Amino acid sequence: MFQYANPKRFMDLSGVLLPYVATAAGLFLIAGFYLGLFVSPRDYQQGDTVRIMFIHVPAAWVAMMAYGMMAVASIFSLVNRHPLADVAARTAAPLGALFTTLALITGSLWGKPMWGTYWVWDARLTSFLLLLFLYLGYSALWNAIEDEVRAGRTAAILAIVGAVNLPIIHYSVEWWTTLHQGESILLSGGPKIAPVFLWPLFAMAFGYTLLFFTLWTVRIRTEILERRARALQMAEH
Amino acid sequence: MDSFFAMGGYGAYVWPAYGVSALGLLLAVIVTLRLYARAKARLAMLEGTKGRA
Repeated sequence: MFQYANPKRFMDLSGVLLPYVATAAGLFLIAGFYLGLFVSPRDYQQGDTVRIMFIHVPAAWVAMMAYGMMAVASIFSLVNRHPLADVAARTAAPLGALFTTLALITGSLWGKPMWGTYWVWDARLTSFLLLLFLYLGYSALWNAIEDEVRAGRTAAILAIVGAVNLPIIHYSVEWWTTLHQGESILLSGGPKIAPVFLWPLFAMAFGYTLLFFTLWTVRIRTEILERRARALQMAEH
Repeated sequence: MDSFFAMGGYGAYVWPAYGVSALGLLLAVIVTLRLYARAKARLAMLEGTKGRA
């Protein structure tokens, strides 16, 4: 794995893979939107609001996965002092914040008609709002500290400590009495959801995940180019 | 067609949810590509000036 952590090799490899990943992301998203809006029937309890689930759940998944990746990259950045790990962690944050925001907005638009309220301070919603603040705090730390090495280390520590929130989000629906429903996909006995609803959900989940990886890779590439430019400028002066 | 937009009476929630999501993802794509293009252009410019010097 570490051989690809070399910026030059990363640029070469990601340059080859990106078009395929981006195309797959686009196709899955188109399929997801089509299945979710046109093919999926309405749920007998939720009516048409079940369609919001197809974009809410994938956004929440990606929001948490992105945080996990940011935390892992932060560990590599602290332990191995690898510059690419730093770049990877830093560029994941704004994307993670976006997916967290989308999950919160779509969730609240589902909550109003189904629960009767846009927001409730229950364990799941509150811990998920904390995820957004962790992303924003992480980026703010990067921008607040002038010295890049120190900024990177401080931000990495926040990212790693904040990872405690991930299992809290996941198990919040079991540990506390929440309004939010429990896990219904990843169960030992198989999903509790009818296949007609699983297809649009999976298509969208793949689309969201691949889109995240596409955007993340492009942002890492951008940062590598910017660092090269900065190094060139320094060499000139 | 009208019933499609009505979403069984939940159109006021379903459409904003899809609209915000589509817009958010689209904006992320546009901003990300723009930043990349700008960094690429800047590096090319710097490499150009260095080549001449």
